[in-house]
Amino acid sequence: MKHTIAVIVENKAGVLTRIAGLFSRRSFNIDSLSVGATENPDYSRMTITVQGDRDVLEQVIKQLSKLINVIRVSELDPSESIERELAIIKVNADKESRSEIMQIVNIFRAKIIDVSHRSMIIEVTGDEEKIDAIVQLLRQFGIKEIARTGKVSMVRGARVVKA
Amino acid sequence: MSQKMTGAQAVLESLKREGVDVVFGLPGGVLLPLYDAIYQSDIRHILVRHEQGAAHMADGYARATGKVGVCIATSGPGATNLVTGIANAYMDSVPMVAITGQVNTWLIGKDAFQEADITGITLPITKHNYLLRSAKDITRVFREAFYIARTGRPGPVLIDLPRDVTVDEVEFTWPQVDLPGYRPSVKAHEMQIKKAAKALMEAERPVIYVGGGVKYAAAHGELIELATKINAPVTTTLMGIGCFPEDHPLSLGMLGMHGTKYANYAIQESDLILAIGARFDDRVTGKISSFAPRAKIVHIDVDPAEVGKNVRVDIPVVGDAKNALQGLLKEVSPKGRSVWNEKTEAWKKEYPLRYIPNDNVIKPQYVIEKLCEIAPDAIITTEVGQNQMWAAQFFVHKDPQKFISSGGLGTMGYGFPAAIGAKIGRPECDVIDVAGDGSFLMNSQELATAVVNEIPVKVAVLNNGCLGMVRQWQELFFEKRYSATILGRTSPDFVKLAEAYGAVGLRASKPSEVESVIRTAMATDRPVVMDFIVNPAEKVSPMVPAGATLGEILDLEWCDDAQSCHLEKIYAKGRKDILGQEGF
Repeated sequence: MKHTIAVIVENKAGVLTRIAGLFSRRSFNIDSLSVGATENPDYSRMTITVQGDRDVLEQVIKQLSKLINVIRVSELDPSESIERELAIIKVNADKESRSEIMQIVNIFRAKIIDVSHRSMIIEVTGDEEKIDAIVQLLRQFGIKEIARTGKVSMVRGARVVKA
Repeated sequence: MSQKMTGAQAVLESLKREGVDVVFGLPGGVLLPLYDAIYQSDIRHILVRHEQGAAHMADGYARATGKVGVCIATSGPGATNLVTGIANAYMDSVPMVAITGQVNTWLIGKDAFQEADITGITLPITKHNYLLRSAKDITRVFREAFYIARTGRPGPVLIDLPRDVTVDEVEFTWPQVDLPGYRPSVKAHEMQIKKAAKALMEAERPVIYVGGGVKYAAAHGELIELATKINAPVTTTLMGIGCFPEDHPLSLGMLGMHGTKYANYAIQESDLILAIGARFDDRVTGKISSFAPRAKIVHIDVDPAEVGKNVRVDIPVVGDAKNALQGLLKEVSPKGRSVWNEKTEAWKKEYPLRYIPNDNVIKPQYVIEKLCEIAPDAIITTEVGQNQMWAAQFFVHKDPQKFISSGGLGTMGYGFPAAIGAKIGRPECDVIDVAGDGSFLMNSQELATAVVNEIPVKVAVLNNGCLGMVRQWQELFFEKRYSATILGRTSPDFVKLAEAYGAVGLRASKPSEVESVIRTAMATDRPVVMDFIVNPAEKVSPMVPAGATLGEILDLEWCDDAQSCHLEKIYAKGRKDILGQEGF
């Protein structure tokens, strides 16, 4: 089973290593991890997707909470939160295929952010399934390169995960 | 009040403010400024002969006194030599601050001479660690480090100190600790205490299972009060030894792989386990799926991550053992003696810890019994293996700070330096390291430390000429193929070894000599190594084979035909488990 957790950490050197080290030492599986600044410059926010049953998730949360640089750990229930990921995809595109690709891009409300004679770069935002779907559709043209950010997530409504 | 000083002086001033009176260490190039400050300070410095010794001494000092132990090593090899000692302290939750030298900040990452990434290396074996990059952070970091090391679930904290940071001038300030990500849960939840008390009241066959957490919380007084109030038998782990006096009628001694039969039977029959400051280690539980099959489990622990980690817990209580026990004491009402008490007492009579005495060959258990008879109030430290188990089994332990042993990591070579640390912390106590001929050699160089600093510790080497515990497993589960476990005469003459260092060496080769050797050693106010030539074939008994349940505990020497047939089956099963997934 997949779980998404939001982790507020101190914005200090070595914190990412501590978290990654904890996951490998305790044999927890990370599916995706993304880090970025928050509204408070002292803290960063990580969104981590982990694999495992309830007991594993509980251990992950408790072990993360023990790290001194970790301020807050919170599980994000997928039914109550929104999840987004960004991907940029470089795909083969020539005169024949360009219009078909543009149609797919429109359907997915994605964006073309670079064009050359033989390729295009497409930017797409959405949940994991949506990005998987567009990747699947673009495959027929030949994908040259993909960069995905990993998931970020936030609870709907007024509730916040804050330090 | 603020005052200008060098970084090194700020380190010493911080140590002083944290109440440190002794540090264990060995200098090196990058530590020259720090050692210059130590030279001018009134903090006592014990020069060790190997940094591993410094870490274990700080550890032994901490366990014997309850204070934070401090060790110091230089950059690179000095720091990496501390690693085993730090891991040992981490596994047994010992409050320790390790200070390592580091190359100048501008050389970090350049593979400079004697550079090692010690914060990276010790990440998984410290409660927290720091790489200082500026002298102005020294006081804050030292304050935080001591606070983290001694509060909540204690543990080692490492501070890596680049050379230039110790040279730079700094204005001394003493800031308050402000750690938003560290709030140890000390006070147990009232609702959970009420639930636990109710379960205790309703239980017909309760067992209190006590680990090192009770020792660190200094909650043994409350434990004795609770156990006697409700007449519940008490068993301890290796780390919990001494938290409950073993001569008390409710004591079941130690449980687990080499625990008493009656403790293990009581666990398996119990309908309620009250676990306090213990972590359901595999050496304690045996086959985990069959551990205490009829029991509800109440688990009190200061570390929330321990609750539910290894076993499913019915009533979790997160909090300090002392606080939780005080809460429980208020909630429970006295309970009289029960059928359960009679049953556990009958088991105690029927299945005592025992060995076959011998008039010609020294039995190691006999040595421990004699030590206990002659020095009942001594602090006992141990190495790891058979010596450790016999010291746990045959000494009557009554004080949690007087049994000091490497439990989680199982570090051979721990006991002797730990004894030196303990003796420095508690100079009024006799301190005896129960050792084996294998493990004593792993840190015997610290004899020099003991002699030079006039620390009169005693070492009792149970010399069986082999790496006994592994040999025992080979005998039982590997058809007596003694691969790399027979030391025989390749060990040095321990009497001469002691004398070479300027210590006293004594030897007993016959049972009749044991008592006089111990008496002479205890009367000698110098470091003494006692070399007891013991029966090489002796096994630690009883034993729960790997993969077996606690109920399948066996006497290895005392069995009739029916039992020995059963024994064969267990051995065969053990072999399968060892070669299969469960392993040693």
